[in-house]
Amino acid sequence: MNSGLAIIDSGGANIASLQMAVERLGVPADLTTDPERLRRASHVILPGVGAAADCMGRLQQAGLVDTIRELRQPLLGICVGMQLLFESSEEGDVPCLGLLPGRVRRLPQRDGLPVPHMGWNQLEFDRPSPLLNDIAAGDYVYFVHSYAAPLSEHTLATTTYGDAFTAVVRRGNVHGAQFHPERSARVGAQLLRNFLQL
Amino acid sequence: MRFRDHVVVGDILELATRYRDEGADELVFYDITASPDGRSVDRSWVSRVARILDIPFCVAGGIRSVADAEEVLGEGAEKISINSPALADPELISRLSARFGVQCVVVGIDSQTLDGDYFVYQFTGDPTRTRNTARRTLDWVREVQERGAGEIVLNCMASDGVRAGYDLAQLQAVRRLCHVPLIASGGAGAPEHFERVFTEAQVDGALAASVFHSGAIAIPTLKTYLRQHSIEIRP
Repeated sequence: MNSGLAIIDSGGANIASLQMAVERLGVPADLTTDPERLRRASHVILPGVGAAADCMGRLQQAGLVDTIRELRQPLLGICVGMQLLFESSEEGDVPCLGLLPGRVRRLPQRDGLPVPHMGWNQLEFDRPSPLLNDIAAGDYVYFVHSYAAPLSEHTLATTTYGDAFTAVVRRGNVHGAQFHPERSARVGAQLLRNFLQL
Repeated sequence: MRFRDHVVVGDILELATRYRDEGADELVFYDITASPDGRSVDRSWVSRVARILDIPFCVAGGIRSVADAEEVLGEGAEKISINSPALADPELISRLSARFGVQCVVVGIDSQTLDGDYFVYQFTGDPTRTRNTARRTLDWVREVQERGAGEIVLNCMASDGVRAGYDLAQLQAVRRLCHVPLIASGGAGAPEHFERVFTEAQVDGALAASVFHSGAIAIPTLKTYLRQHSIEIRP
């Protein structure tokens, strides 16, 4: 039986604000590391803040790596949570969940662009997708990151900061947002709403 | 939002809602009396603010330890900003960034020009205790980055509250060696001050308090002005 939304308690600092964001949408969220509750959830969010290696370590410690790999319901990784969906990350040179192809790399420090990339930036895309319903190309969302995922056939939207990187991604049930929807005003709330309607 | 000399600038939640609805990109909550008094901020309001805000916000004042920061971030703040405690214990910056990541750790610097150089001041929340630390601002900017600051807010004290514009020369000097986001603070009095600090000092953000509190500048009007002057900013 489905039991609504589960947020994986990955120990990051943004979990409280994510939980508040879904509450603003009227959706109660179950914060958990219990594999059984994750399997029963209708939707699962994997948040993440901090270093990729630390986050992967916490998932391993909680025995959640295989559970997450085997989820079939809609899964959304946010920020480092999205980066963990890829094969590996340059940050700490750590193998990740491998649900999406590619390696997450450090943002290039050039053109005088400060790293971390911290602030509002624009989403670019030309194909509609359910996750981007009622979101327009050029809309601003809030980013905080030093590492980014490469473009691939699974990229739904890109953002440019020095180079273009994957801002929103989807492969089957696996979704990711590099920005923080919980702190991206109307556009962020819309993305969460879209995800919860999948 | 800056609370100085015990001036309560309206109800915190009401102001937070107003700025959210007007399109502020980020809010900073300062309790600048927290460090001189040796007390911490009362944090019960942080989660109440976090519940209504859907934009990032930062809490500054009285954060002296990893435990203090953990409490504030756990209540839903994105970032914590440290100033006087970082001067007393620079290693605190490293401990915070190791635990929470550099993106959470903002270092606030109060700086003043003296004999053609810039110096860092401490305890600026209390005019009777404010003192020159004898640290050169540019050295401190370098050091805090090495220690893991993810953002620097440079408050140019001579300009603060004067509304005659940001201290462009000082901000340019800091920008040259600041490789993390740099936020300008102190001196905003007119829309063109914001435009100039973005174009001439290449800062990543401009912070202002009194002009917004008083209603002298409305955020939507300011944003329209900046966009008309080709500054990329969220509408």
